[in-house]
Amino acid sequence: MKRRHLSKKEVEHIAWLAHIELSKEEKELFIEQFNDILDYFKKIDKVDTEEVQPTYHVLDLMNVYREDKASPSLPIEEALKNAPKKEKKFLKAPRIV
Amino acid sequence: MPKLNELTAKETVEKIHKKEATAEECVLSVFERIHRLDDKVHAFVTLAEEEALRKAREIDEKVSKGKPLGRLAGVPVAVKDNICTKEIRTTCSSRMLEFFVPPYDADVIEKIKMEDAVIVGKTNMDEFAMGSSTETSYFGTTHNPWDLSRVPGGSSGGSAAAIVVDESILAFGSDTGGSIRCPASYCSVVGIKPTYGLVSRYGLIAYANSLEQIGPMARNVYDCALFLSVIAGYDPKDSTSVKIEPKDYTKFLRNDVTGFKIGLPTEFFGEGTSESIKKQVWRAIHKLEELGASCEETSLPTLEYALATYYIVAMSEASSNLARYDGLRYGYRIDRDDADWSTVYSKNRQTGFGAEVRRRIILGTYALSAGYYDKYYLKALKIRTLIRKDFEQAFKKFDVLIGPTMPIPPFKIGEKIQDPLALYMCDVDTVSANLAGLPAISIPCGFADDLPIGMQILAPPLREDLLLQVSYAFEQNTTYKDRKPSLK
Repeated sequence: MKRRHLSKKEVEHIAWLAHIELSKEEKELFIEQFNDILDYFKKIDKVDTEEVQPTYHVLDLMNVYREDKASPSLPIEEALKNAPKKEKKFLKAPRIV
Repeated sequence: MPKLNELTAKETVEKIHKKEATAEECVLSVFERIHRLDDKVHAFVTLAEEEALRKAREIDEKVSKGKPLGRLAGVPVAVKDNICTKEIRTTCSSRMLEFFVPPYDADVIEKIKMEDAVIVGKTNMDEFAMGSSTETSYFGTTHNPWDLSRVPGGSSGGSAAAIVVDESILAFGSDTGGSIRCPASYCSVVGIKPTYGLVSRYGLIAYANSLEQIGPMARNVYDCALFLSVIAGYDPKDSTSVKIEPKDYTKFLRNDVTGFKIGLPTEFFGEGTSESIKKQVWRAIHKLEELGASCEETSLPTLEYALATYYIVAMSEASSNLARYDGLRYGYRIDRDDADWSTVYSKNRQTGFGAEVRRRIILGTYALSAGYYDKYYLKALKIRTLIRKDFEQAFKKFDVLIGPTMPIPPFKIGEKIQDPLALYMCDVDTVSANLAGLPAISIPCGFADDLPIGMQILAPPLREDLLLQVSYAFEQNTTYKDRKPSLK
């Protein structure tokens, strides 16, 4: 019997956090698939990582700065070109309140 | 006489210099091939025929006026559709970006334009580069030219397929967990995932930014080395770009592996690896021994955990990187002015993203959420450290490591797509190079049942020269690169 890592309620909550609506059928399918995948991920529990530092990325770079100098940015028309909804010089957002 | 679209990049540049062919003729021959064949292969999402011909004529004018020419003068290049091309639609093979036209070029695109390359179009891929088969593309799958009922590998499947059938001479791929090497192996071309930081990611649409690199794909090792020489180099617009002097990688192509110490990690030949692949890769290893290299089996024990570690890191980064797709500044937007922002965003993302992208965002969100961060994400990052250390140890003893690129031959379209975990397993041998930031190459090393097999070579950071030398020597002493799919 496979362990259930994620319940329907949890999947709904995470999908809400990620701002992705799920259909009823897809929710059922995803729960199954997620539990399969998380079951596989369980194998990392075996590894002893006591006192091991995490690798966020592989380079030894730290704090890459640039000069605080203004440079030209995209003209408004260019920046708006791909916006699905716009009005005058603005992006049109959905209702907030 | 080979047709112009069948030439190598090197030969194309020479012909244009010697005025034996014009750039326009080269470009036309590529488009003739595309128009004849791409209905079957479906390597391209968008063609840029007009732009390509305009550019080709510019180059021809330079030739006639005796002006200096770039290192890729007149060479057709196909661009994976997650690399931004100014004024050419860039979709990531997603409905989310179906109509997105970038207002700027990626750094690598600027670089190839400076060298007089010609962009022929944008190639098909798994949606947002999430997949190993090109089946998750919103625009339909690419077919493997060696057997149209099979996958070309992924996620850079369109790029690999395009060059093996001469629909382009060079192609860009990107590699987050094997997305250059897998299709290179499945289509029998050469593909390099460079050291993390060697090639600028500016203008590469992000999926998992600590893992991915843009890389060159070509029909032979020389062309790949030439292409890499053009695109590698420091870019201040990418904060993870490494500051090193540009190199001419073609200088490292010596037909000699005498004294090379080659390690064979047993984990790369583990259970789940098909016997026909093991057999062919071992034949290749014996060939390298014959040529003067010494090969020895070794073990990197933490590689067993690489696949799970990779998927946790990649999904976590994806959930963060893809949070930008809200349908506001660009991307898919539902037509509902009455609904509130939360509903609109959630519906945009439900419809704009395909199933695999949504799965990875949701699981990544889970791995980063309160209570699970330590268990999944942080744990994976710690194992990533152990994997790097295992490689560091191995490279004290060996110049390069070798194994199969893929554990199984190209599979049937539809065979695995319903089972995400089964598809993830295909990446078992490729993901570790991304976790450790190492350069890795896949080169053709034979066939089984008329399907191509790729050999993967890994080297220490910034030692692309070693990869290229071993690959070149192998290629010069075998004939696999000369075999072509029989598609007419």
